[in-house]
Amino acid sequence: MNKSRTFQFYMFILPWLIGFLALTAGPMLYSLYMSFTDYSGLGVPNWVGFENYQKIFSSDPLFWQSLWNTIFYTVFGVPLGLIVGYLLAVLLNANVRFMGVFRTIFYLPSLVPTVASSLLWIIIFQPDFGIANAVLSFFHLPTSNWLLSEQMVKPALIIMSLWGAGGGMVIYLAGLQSVPASLYEAAELDGAGKFRKFWNVTVPMTSNVIFFNLIMGLIGSFQIFTQAYVVSSGNGGPNYKSLFYVFYLYQDAFKFFKMGYASALAWILFIIILIFTAIQFKVFGSKVYYEHDE
Amino acid sequence: MSMELAEAKVKPAVKARKARGIKAGKRIERIITYVLLITLSALFIFPFLWLIGTSLKPENEAMTFPPALLPKEWDFANYKDVFTIVDFGQYYVNSIIVSIFAVLGTVLSSTLVAYGFARIKGKGRNFWFMILLGTMMLPPQVTMIPVYMIFSKLGWTNTFLPLIVPQFFGSAYFIFLLRQFFKTIPKELEESAFLDGCSTFGIFWRIILPLSVPAVITVALLSFMWTWNDFLYPLIYLNDDAKYTLALGILQFKGALLVQWGPMMAASVLVILPLILLFFLGQKYFIQGIATTGGKG
Repeated sequence: MNKSRTFQFYMFILPWLIGFLALTAGPMLYSLYMSFTDYSGLGVPNWVGFENYQKIFSSDPLFWQSLWNTIFYTVFGVPLGLIVGYLLAVLLNANVRFMGVFRTIFYLPSLVPTVASSLLWIIIFQPDFGIANAVLSFFHLPTSNWLLSEQMVKPALIIMSLWGAGGGMVIYLAGLQSVPASLYEAAELDGAGKFRKFWNVTVPMTSNVIFFNLIMGLIGSFQIFTQAYVVSSGNGGPNYKSLFYVFYLYQDAFKFFKMGYASALAWILFIIILIFTAIQFKVFGSKVYYEHDE
Repeated sequence: MSMELAEAKVKPAVKARKARGIKAGKRIERIITYVLLITLSALFIFPFLWLIGTSLKPENEAMTFPPALLPKEWDFANYKDVFTIVDFGQYYVNSIIVSIFAVLGTVLSSTLVAYGFARIKGKGRNFWFMILLGTMMLPPQVTMIPVYMIFSKLGWTNTFLPLIVPQFFGSAYFIFLLRQFFKTIPKELEESAFLDGCSTFGIFWRIILPLSVPAVITVALLSFMWTWNDFLYPLIYLNDDAKYTLALGILQFKGALLVQWGPMMAASVLVILPLILLFFLGQKYFIQGIATTGGKG
């Protein structure tokens, strides 16, 4: 590592470095500072100490509601999305014919812009003439108000998210295809059946991609915003049951101009995501298999 | 001795029976696989059919019960109405402008930075690389408010600049993707170019980039898609409806009380169409790009 190489290195990463300092590190510190002020977007921020944090935890029911909504969505949505994506990949990996066609069919929905897919699902879930209720009533099953129902709005949003599970499928498929065939042969010689092979070879050998999708899925899920904004026309209804964390943060910052308060919310979100990520590393990290590269 | 002989005699028969059993088992397994695949495909395709069906239904057919997939009367009027009810053409132009410049910025900066991280051994490289990976986990909401304040101080609200300029500083995800790709290029190529007197930038520009066309296309496609789909940032920065991108503009069809189903779905089809076209044109880049980043995570 000589000096001129170091200089060159910094010249190459300069765009990112400037962006990092000006648009990430600097704003992070400033947002931390703002979280201790009453800044409203105009005038000067006044230092209020821990007041925002105190208010958030002790007397803000919408904070707890939005946090609960988000955790519900994450705890059910992320594992379900993971299972559906993995299942699709396993099916495609079974040497099927027309694999490319099936893969395209499963992948395309994940390309659809969230706003467009949300509008589409509003029609599907429409209580009076939507197809979801039509199918349910055809089988004499109870129908639902879906996106207009306090109980069903979150499950409905989870169903919507499963339509996009093909994005994860592509990643799993690549992982599945890189499992060496010799491992399956060795397992067969040891008398392993279908399910033993799946549990003891396939799953462990693809644990790195599963883990990657789990971490990224969780971070993404905590930031759910657009779907909820579109289906509730921007108010988080019915009765705040679709008011997710980032949605609430957005409202505070850009509708009510409580910039200081929203900054405190942002930092709490950051810490929650850090904790959840650390837990995942602690629980699953040691079980993940990495192939040795380099 | 005799035991072995006996065993040898029995074996072929057992083997044959076993093989038949395995064959039948394999057959059933394949049938189950295809049944599952076809059922799931139907479920995944269905919303698309519904989307197209509704976009072709005249207003009086959009709200009937039980709902019909196909319109009784095919009506393309919705596609015309999209452009008269709101200024959809303008939104289209806006989205194209923002996306093209965002892609340009992302590609130029991310390739440069990625090459630095992949190949130039400078002091502090590992440190900055860890920071780069760390920013991928940072929820953008933490920086969103101060960044908004910076751009609004610069007078950039209600312009496309806040959506375009940040892309020129590179995106962590794409830098990571490109770095992985650059690391697979044999070092010997650069070494011989270096001996021929080629500068580091020359090596990057004339050797590495031409060899990395597939990775660059992947990045361009993905970044186009993300910009095209972005909703939160246009929502924050654009308040004049002549400046709306498609993601915002399309919401105009969903008033609080009155929803125009047919035109709304026709507009959705028009928003999705360029992405589907791009996907079919660059299918292998999409799939490869997503797979490589995911696999190395």
